[in-house]
Amino acid sequence: MKLKTALLATALTSVAAAATAQEITVMSWGGAYTKSQVEAYHKPFTAETGIVVNSVDADNPATPIKAQVEAGNVSIDVADVEFSDAVRLCDEGLLEEMDLSMLPAAPDGTAAEDDFIEGALQDCAVGNIVWSTVMAYNTSNNPTAPDSIDDFFNTADFPGKRGLRKSAKATLEMALMGDGVAAADVYDLLETDEGVDRAFAVLDRIKDDIVWWEAGAQPPQLLADGEVVMSTAYNGRIFNAAVAEGQPLEVVWDGQILDFDLWVVPKGAPNAEAAMKFVAYSTDTQRLADQASWISYGPARKSSGAMVGLYSDGKTEMAPHMPTAAANLGNALVNNFEFWVDKDAELNERFNAWLAN
Amino acid sequence: MTASDTDTPQMLQTVDGKPLKQALIAAQARNKRRAFLLVLPLLVFILVTFVAPIGQLLLKSANNSGFVETEDFSTNIKTPIMTNLAQWFRDNPHGAEIDESAYAALAADMLVLKEERAAGQAGTRINYELSGSRSLFTKTARKANKLEPPYKEAIIDIDEDWDDPALWGVMRSASSEWTDSFYLAAVDRYRDANGDVQNVNENRQIYVKLFGRTLILSLLVTFFTFLLAYPVAHLLATLPLAKSNLLMIFVLLPFWTSLLVRTTSWMILLQSQGVVNDALVGMGLLGDDNRIQMMYNQTGTVIAMTHILLPFMILPLYSVMRPINPSYVRAARSLGATSWTAFRRIYFPQTVPGIAAGALLVFILAVGYYITPALVGGADGQLISNLIAFHMQKSLNWSLAAALAALLLGGILALYWVYDRLIGIDNLKLG
Repeated sequence: MKLKTALLATALTSVAAAATAQEITVMSWGGAYTKSQVEAYHKPFTAETGIVVNSVDADNPATPIKAQVEAGNVSIDVADVEFSDAVRLCDEGLLEEMDLSMLPAAPDGTAAEDDFIEGALQDCAVGNIVWSTVMAYNTSNNPTAPDSIDDFFNTADFPGKRGLRKSAKATLEMALMGDGVAAADVYDLLETDEGVDRAFAVLDRIKDDIVWWEAGAQPPQLLADGEVVMSTAYNGRIFNAAVAEGQPLEVVWDGQILDFDLWVVPKGAPNAEAAMKFVAYSTDTQRLADQASWISYGPARKSSGAMVGLYSDGKTEMAPHMPTAAANLGNALVNNFEFWVDKDAELNERFNAWLAN
Repeated sequence: MTASDTDTPQMLQTVDGKPLKQALIAAQARNKRRAFLLVLPLLVFILVTFVAPIGQLLLKSANNSGFVETEDFSTNIKTPIMTNLAQWFRDNPHGAEIDESAYAALAADMLVLKEERAAGQAGTRINYELSGSRSLFTKTARKANKLEPPYKEAIIDIDEDWDDPALWGVMRSASSEWTDSFYLAAVDRYRDANGDVQNVNENRQIYVKLFGRTLILSLLVTFFTFLLAYPVAHLLATLPLAKSNLLMIFVLLPFWTSLLVRTTSWMILLQSQGVVNDALVGMGLLGDDNRIQMMYNQTGTVIAMTHILLPFMILPLYSVMRPINPSYVRAARSLGATSWTAFRRIYFPQTVPGIAAGALLVFILAVGYYITPALVGGADGQLISNLIAFHMQKSLNWSLAAALAALLLGGILALYWVYDRLIGIDNLKLG
């Protein structure tokens, strides 16, 4: 009888222990990017709190969020989404609101609200990185190295195929900047019909020389294969191909388009409380700085900038590879998400029609 | 037999005295019930996993909830929105002047949008048809509690876009529970301020063109698979079994290989720095500067899809050709027919059921093909399914995706009906 009670008690305590060993599921974009988050956020978070982090990937985490919340069957606790998707999902009531007071202050005491880059804190989202769409080229098949965004649209002096993302977003802006429009005027011009016509006219110049890509992993591949001589790409992917894999790829920072990625918590997330803990932990100054040693995306906190050190190979200085480095911001455009949530449908329709002609 | 028997014939009865007819009916009904119970699990399975989800998605193509109600996804409580404006639209027909009462209704609805935090959702719905409306809604809802009569001036003061009659036309069609606007959008049309159907601006027309291209490319792929598969199937069917089984492996091996692997292999072969171009340049047939562009266009799509769908043509053809008795053709030859006549009049007609089956299979698969054109299609090799995927995954406009899918489904069913009338579905032989 005593033995039975003892056994029962052990069984009960082990059940209780299992219940406290919490888990959360974090969804991201895969590849080198997910790896950087696992190393900089997930592992230390589990070590500190005992909450296990399961990492899953999607082509665009916004799509499964919409599907899961609308179906009332949510399995994701935290997801990494693009700015315009964060705003749109929040609008549609698919995200939990963020309590911004949970975010820790910077080491020097600056409140989180002042420490994050402007725009990185939203009603339903907390920014983690600044990434950028840049122009990159293969040094081995460009006789003269291109050094400005104009060269991308100049096939007379720089012959060869170009890789471009099959999407109106970023493509139209780059086309205008490639036509000599200053970054500050791009969105004002795109608001007008003439501006859009002008952007498509610039694209017409190189239409026959374009190879379209869709997944972020494609452009480094296209460049390395020699299938294109220049391509637009996410700066982190080019950095990885160039530094980690030793490919002869180079980034042209002129005309780069900066964008945020943000953490969101879907409405009805199974472990919302632990998810919020994860969001607060992973966006503190140290964690954001740590992530930059795994991939060349800039931290969303100002205070993290000074703490960015070496790449995980132990010798490459990361600071010059950040899209937010002062030297790289000479002619840079910040993606205007308001413009895109408004114009997305119309411009993409026109873009698709232009493609099919 | 007695006379009375012939007047009122004695009903046949079972041993226990019931009329035979009733007993038979009862027995048959029992059997039917038993049979029905046996297929019931399958029926439920199909209803739950096939009919219900597809039906629900197709419903989205005509349902208009975004501008009518908002749902709290944590409690599943639905709150109606834009009710005042909907009432105003019911009271005032198309073409009525947008007067102060309309703006008053709008102002009242804006307050609800602000409280329910639904301005973005309502704006997104209108934004599908009229660019720029999303920010118009969010901006106006933010200031909703500061609105005072006269509402018309107050609202137009916030943004003069509210004065646009096209906007009121879109809001009218969006404020009823059911709409045809997604179907109109799926055929490059829209409804203007007066409720008349118009073509969208030429530089945005795309869907009709892609439906046409999907049809033509699918027919082309079907034709090419037929050309390639017929001799192969004939060879397989006429060789001794041991040899034909070995050759069959070569047909089935790619069939079992992943679709992605086969598509990517074609990319490696056909791209401009690929194996085929390298070989042609190496042999001196091509200059290094004018390599042939065989990938990222329609050519690439047709080549890759033809190869991938080939087994679906070979297998039905083979299964029809195998049992054809070779002595028929021999008899025709011995009666003086040339080999061409013997093939045309004797052999070919016997293989028609296989051709019909193969063509139908390949065509239907080709029409819905998505991954291969997405990978090798480039700009001009895209099919309608790529745009459906675009609206499912990128623009998140599921209603338009559902409308496009419904049109595709309807089109296929119509073609199937024509096919049945022309060839006859009972002429089809899959194996």
